[in-house]
Amino acid sequence: MNLLQRFREGDLDAFETLFRQFQGRIYAWIVRIVRDSGAAEDLTLEVFWRIYQARRSFDPTNDFGGWAYRIATNLALSHVRRHRRDKTQELPPEWPQETTRNCNPALEREKRETVIRAFTRLPVKLQVVATLALVEELSYEEIAGALGIPTGTVKSRIFRAVRLLRKQLSWMRVHK
Amino acid sequence: MKPENHNHEEIQKALKEALPRVDAQLQHDLWPAMLRRIQEQPELSVPWYDWALAAAIVAITVLFPRIALLFAYHL
Repeated sequence: MNLLQRFREGDLDAFETLFRQFQGRIYAWIVRIVRDSGAAEDLTLEVFWRIYQARRSFDPTNDFGGWAYRIATNLALSHVRRHRRDKTQELPPEWPQETTRNCNPALEREKRETVIRAFTRLPVKLQVVATLALVEELSYEEIAGALGIPTGTVKSRIFRAVRLLRKQLSWMRVHK
Repeated sequence: MKPENHNHEEIQKALKEALPRVDAQLQHDLWPAMLRRIQEQPELSVPWYDWALAAAIVAITVLFPRIALLFAYHL
């Protein structure tokens, strides 16, 4: 009996092997979407808890990783939806080095707040694709595979996200 | 460079500056927490006496079909 079959039958050692094999990748995927390490750890545990509970419905001939990524993506998107309003309020205290080089910190902070506010107003689907493509610089194919959507949809979502952001941002103020 | 691409790059630069960097590296093993959760929340299972009761009801219904009306009334 192979590892996935043993996992399906409820073998805890098999589950532990799969958990250790995938926990880092699932965490890395979730943290890129939710951008909060604490929440990403909780969500990673939730992903594997759901996997463990649903093990009997898993077909061992299928791709375990793909299944785990789909659950992780759905949970991460739900988390972003639930917390999107809070995000507009809180700004992380640390500053990226490149923004503090030669500008007024107050202006830089204002600019940063404007960008984050505009970003969090995007529909969640556009927000996630924009984060993965523009900030994390993942390839269209990687994003498409993980989100279970065609590459063309990824491209169109990025286009729409950029267009909406451009509309929402006051470029005269943000990009002096 | 097309104006569209220029704007795309500007947006990308603005987002990269505004969004906090995240460390995608998991800092510690989550297995102990997972194991605790599995042990603390045992799966729901049907106890043997519920199965025995169900089997008894089925047997009684087969042996005395009229009693099914009584069960139906109580359901």
